Amino acid sequence: MRKTILQGLLRRPLSEPPLALDDPDIVTLARDLDLVSQRKLGRGLSIRAIDAGSCNGCELEMHALGNAFYDLERFGLRFVASPRHADVLAATGIVTRNMREALLRTYAAMPHPKWVVAIGACARDGGLFAGSPVCEGGIGAVLPVDLWIAGCPPTPRDLLEGFLTLLQPRTAAVGSSRGEKSGRLAER
Amino acid sequence: MNPWDEFVSRLAAGATLLSLWGEPERVHLALLDGGAIRHLARDCPDHRYPSLGARFAQAIRLERSARDLYGLDPVGLADRRPWLDHGAAPHAYPFLPVEGEALHQIPVGPVHAGIIEPGHFRFTCDGETVVRLEARLGYVHRGVERLMAGAALAAAAKLAGRISGDSTVAYALAFAQAVEAALGVSPPPRAIWLRAIMAELERLANHLGDIGAICNDGGFSLMLSHCAILRERVLRAADACFGHRLMMDRVVPGGVAVDLASKGISALGALIAELHARFPALVTLYDLTASLQDRTNGTGILHADLARRFGAGGVIGRASGRDFDARRSPGYAPYDALAFTVPVLGEGDVNARIWIRIKEVEQSLGLLRQLLASLPPGAIATDLPSGPAGEGMALVEGFRGDIFLWLAIADGRVRHCHARDPSWLQWPLLEAAIEGNIIADFPLCNKSFNCSYAGHDL
Ligand code: SF4
Repeated sequence: MRKTILQGLLRRPLSEPPLALDDPDIVTLARDLDLVSQRKLGRGLSIRAIDAGSCNGCELEMHALGNAFYDLERFGLRFVASPRHADVLAATGIVTRNMREALLRTYAAMPHPKWVVAIGACARDGGLFAGSPVCEGGIGAVLPVDLWIAGCPPTPRDLLEGFLTLLQPRTAAVGSSRGEKSGRLAER
Repeated sequence: MNPWDEFVSRLAAGATLLSLWGEPERVHLALLDGGAIRHLARDCPDHRYPSLGARFAQAIRLERSARDLYGLDPVGLADRRPWLDHGAAPHAYPFLPVEGEALHQIPVGPVHAGIIEPGHFRFTCDGETVVRLEARLGYVHRGVERLMAGAALAAAAKLAGRISGDSTVAYALAFAQAVEAALGVSPPPRAIWLRAIMAELERLANHLGDIGAICNDGGFSLMLSHCAILRERVLRAADACFGHRLMMDRVVPGGVAVDLASKGISALGALIAELHARFPALVTLYDLTASLQDRTNGTGILHADLARRFGAGGVIGRASGRDFDARRSPGYAPYDALAFTVPVLGEGDVNARIWIRIKEVEQSLGLLRQLLASLPPGAIATDLPSGPAGEGMALVEGFRGDIFLWLAIADGRVRHCHARDPSWLQWPLLEAAIEGNIIADFPLCNKSFNCSYAGHDL
């Protein structure tokens, strides 16, 4: 074990800087909130992940945020176990009927102020599962969404950019939950 | 003997239940009997059929689900509770009663503490020891079968690839194989090879992730950090080769959607070299860390008899003596042209499940090398005939075990499609494996099973 640790110390770090994506196709603000969120959140973000009906692809990429390449804690981002400790609810998947209640309760357990980030195509508008009779629709059908991160699943880099949008001034498109963008940019 | 009774007698004689599923007014049964897949459909205009679950426990949840989805009543099944349909009163679910002095219950989920899929676990404990676990699933029931019915083939293939995202290649492959069987087409050789390259990359990524995650749940995060780096390297290579980290929508009915360019081939070469250089040291690290071994050895034992009766697929079965791999038998191309071994162990504990994964990582690396060396030239897809109707089946070995998929096509669209995730037959075994273990070892046991919620809940 000592050898492994030593080698790890001697090798160059793998962590990469996030690209300044500024890609309005990936990160979409549901409303103009960056100034407000920055003031309230400071430089740290506690994220509670919840799967409301995902295929687990989005979860895999959220997991990847913790690996040495992305190392999300460098940026003050961390996943927390309890909704009581969370600023942000990161929700994936279409909201199934069977998860609706658990999703609402998790959100209700979070202290104010709180934000909701909808992750992936399913969370946005149901994606390929839209119209299912046993589902409610995207996260927006049940909770007020502040930010959408597009992708199926979004790459870890997209996720990083999305979360950092809440903390740092950057550009993001403002759109509606239907999926079409208004075209207006929240210029900073 | 009528065909249904004959199937039941084969099951009693040791055949493996692959799946039981419904359609409106029809129930289907598929068995693996002597290495061959046998399928039977039985009309039930009165929505009733004789329960298999009453005799064969592995059928119980499948029958409960067919009742939820299609109103088919398994006559003789004592368990009348719904399964996938949580209904209007989600809290009113009656867990099986557990009686005894000094027992207490611990409810866990559906929302868990990590980035995990939702499911509820009801533990009954005597002190720290779990005397009974009962799971309740269905939280991520998205109505896949209903969405499939009537969908165009291309759209249905995408849905199939999202039944369980971690097995997207295996599901897309099962769907494609079933469509090809139904329509009587064969994909070109190059497509078959590329599919196998993707399937082995998927297996590598998941096994590497799981090995790290199991050790992490044993309190040894160093393994997770190192395995996560290797997993990321696999995903990046997949992205470089096929343009998507998880390779979603790359396997399509008729062939594959993207060809492997020379840039991709060199990325794969570099990946194989990197894994070869790094992985053995991690295996040694696992093997020599006594504190970790202490957690994994003898923990969560699944007895061989249960694994066989349930037809537990994948790592779980193979760690409990079940010598089965769908790539070998019934088998499908190109694996008949490749050399690989199927590792089997008998201990059935967490340690055995880790070792099976370790050996399968090594096997997949060997397969990738062979696949690259023998990659045939030519087209990567054939056109599908439009119009004909038919039925097709497939049994594909995903990283989690054998995925069974059956579909019927009419007018170029899916009439009905049923996919049985390996987890269907594995989740109930977790309840058996945890019995008598301390509750603190549940995460370790659960992770070593790593069943899919989405794949099961459909
Ligand atoms: S957006 Fe894609 S990856 Fe994410 S849950 Fe939906 S289908 Fe799965």
